[in-house]
Amino acid sequence: MNKTAGKYHAVRRRKMSVIIILAVLLVLSMILALGIGSVFIPPTEVLASLLNALLPGLIDAPDGAADIIINFRMPRILLAVLTGIALSAAGAVMQGLLRNPLVSPFTLGLSSAASFGAALMIVLGPAVFGAFFAGSVVFLGFEFTTKSLMLILSAFLFGWLSVILVYFISRARQTSQAVMVLAGVVIGYLFQAGLLALKYVSNDDALREIVTWMMGGMWGATWQTIFILTPVVLICFLLIERRAWDLNTLSSGDDVARNLGINVDRFRITGLLIVSFAASACLAFTGIIGFVGLMAPHICRMLIGNDYRYLLPASALMGALILLISDTVARVILAPVEIPVGVIMYVLGGIFFLFLITRGHGRYLS
Amino acid sequence: MKISVEHLTQMYSSHVVLDDVSFTTESGKVTALLGPNGSGKSTLIKTIADVLPMRGGRILVNDTDITTVPKAERSKMIGYVPQYFHYTSFTSVLDTVLIGRRPYMSWSVSDEDLEAVDAALSTMHIEDLAERFVNELSGGQRQRVFIARALAQNPEFFLFDEPTSSLDLRHQLETLAVMQDVVHKNNSGMIVALHDLNLALRYADHVVLLKDGSIYADGKPCDVLTTEAVRDVYGVESEVVEKETGRFILSYEPSY
Repeated sequence: MNKTAGKYHAVRRRKMSVIIILAVLLVLSMILALGIGSVFIPPTEVLASLLNALLPGLIDAPDGAADIIINFRMPRILLAVLTGIALSAAGAVMQGLLRNPLVSPFTLGLSSAASFGAALMIVLGPAVFGAFFAGSVVFLGFEFTTKSLMLILSAFLFGWLSVILVYFISRARQTSQAVMVLAGVVIGYLFQAGLLALKYVSNDDALREIVTWMMGGMWGATWQTIFILTPVVLICFLLIERRAWDLNTLSSGDDVARNLGINVDRFRITGLLIVSFAASACLAFTGIIGFVGLMAPHICRMLIGNDYRYLLPASALMGALILLISDTVARVILAPVEIPVGVIMYVLGGIFFLFLITRGHGRYLS
Repeated sequence: MKISVEHLTQMYSSHVVLDDVSFTTESGKVTALLGPNGSGKSTLIKTIADVLPMRGGRILVNDTDITTVPKAERSKMIGYVPQYFHYTSFTSVLDTVLIGRRPYMSWSVSDEDLEAVDAALSTMHIEDLAERFVNELSGGQRQRVFIARALAQNPEFFLFDEPTSSLDLRHQLETLAVMQDVVHKNNSGMIVALHDLNLALRYADHVVLLKDGSIYADGKPCDVLTTEAVRDVYGVESEVVEKETGRFILSYEPSY
C-alpha cells in the first residue's frame, strides 16, 4: 500500500467513526425522547414497548406505557427525525450544487414557500376539490387520505418554485453569494405574507392549522404521515447519495466538472428537484422550520470535511439529532405548555448564522 | 493520438470569438497556443475540453468526430486545467487530486485510483502537501495541485490554460519542464496557452499563433515566432537573438 492510500484510509476510518457515533447518539436520543414527557417512562420500559410492537408475543408490553409510546410519542419523534434528515441533506446538497455555503432550504425560501403551499391546500382544498379532498386511497395495504397527498404535492410545487426562482435570478445576473441568499430570504418573506393573508381570510378551523404552519412544529405527526414520508425521504436521500462524487467534482468548478464528464446544468436542476421534494414533503406536515439545513451540514463540514459521500449521511444524522433534541426541549421546557420547535430553531439557527457570517469568513465563506 | 481542429467557429451570443480555426497536433508534442488577450486561446481550449458546446466546425480525435465519443470516454481522453479557479471550501490536496479520478469511479475508491493519485502527487513533488487544504496553499503550490489532478485523470491529451500566469520565474520554468517531461515520456499530447513567447520557444515543439480569433501562423516555434509576426500579432517591436542557451525574443517597445 502506498503512502497516499495509507493517508486516505486513515481519514476514511475517522469519517466512518464520526458517522457511527452520530447514529448511536441518534438512537439513544430517540429512546430517551420517547420516555420524556408529561408521563416519564424509563428507557427499559420504552425498549420493552418497542420490542412488543415489533415482535408481539416475545415480551409483554408494560401497562399504559406502550400506548403512549407507540401511538403518541413515536410518530412525533419519527417526524422530527425524518424532517431533520430531509432538511439537512437538502442544505448540504444545495450548498454544493450552488457552491454557496449560505444556502439552505430556509435561506432559499423553500421552507416558507412549501409551508404556504400546504396552507393554501388546507384553505382552498375543500372548496376546489370537494369530496375528492376528503377521500382516501389505499396503497400497499396502507390507507392514505387524499388531503395529505395533496398537501405534499402543493408544498412541493411552491417549494420548487421558490428554489428555481432564486437559482435563475442568481444565474441570470451572475450575482454574489450574499445576493443569492438575499433573494431567497425575500422570496421567503413573500410567501410568509401569503401565509398571513390566508390566515386573515380563512375560517376558524383552518386558521388554527395555519398558525401552526407559521411557527413550525411536530404536532402534525401521525403514523399515516410517517408511512408517507419515510419512503419519500429515504428514496430521495439514496438518489442524491449516488451522485456524491458529482457533488465533489462540482467543488472544482463548473469547467473542470464539465471536462470530467458531468452535465452540470442538468445535474443542478435534477439535484435541486430531488432535495426540494424531500424537504417540501416534510415541511408540508411541520410548517416553517428554519436553519437546521444550514447548521447540520456546517457542523459536519467542520468535523469530517467536504467529501459528500460521508458529508451527506453525517449531515442527515446530525440534522435529525438537532431537530429531535430541540423538539424534545420544546415539549418539556415550559410544561405543560409546549412551544413550537420552529421558535427554538430560529433562536439556535439565528445565532449560528451570525457566527457563520462573522467568524466563518475566510474559512467557510469567500 | 492525434487531435485535428477543422474550421472551428465559436461565439458568445453573436460575438464571434473563433473564426474558421484549423490545426493538427499529436502525441509526444507540446503545442503552445499563443496570441494576445482576447485572441481566443481560452475559448479554443475550452471547446476542445468539452467545457463549451460546439457551434461550428469539427474536432477529430484520431479521425473520429469528438461529438460522437460518449462523455464518459471523452473525459478519460482529454484532461483540462483552467486558468483560474477560486476555491471556496476547505478541501484537502488529496481529495482535490482524487477528483481527477471521477471518470473511473462510481462510489468507492479503488487501489488503482489511489495509485494514480500517489503517482500524480510525486510527479509534481507535492506528496508532503497531501493533507493540507488547497485554499491555504501558495499560488504556485495550488497550480501544481491542479496539474496533479489532471495527471491523475490519466488522459491522452492535456489542455492547460495559462498554467504559468500566477507563478514566479522559477516555478514557471519548473512547471513547464515537468509537463514537457510527462508529454515526452508518456507520449501524451499537450496544448498549453501561454503569454510568454520565450517559454514557448524553450518548451514547445509546435506553436499555434492566434490573432483576433483566427490562426496567424502555425508550425515550428523558430519558424513562427519572428520579428514580423510579433509586430503583426502583438503590435510590439522586438528582435530575435541566438545565444548558446537558446533563442530568445527581446521586446522593447509598442509599434505604431
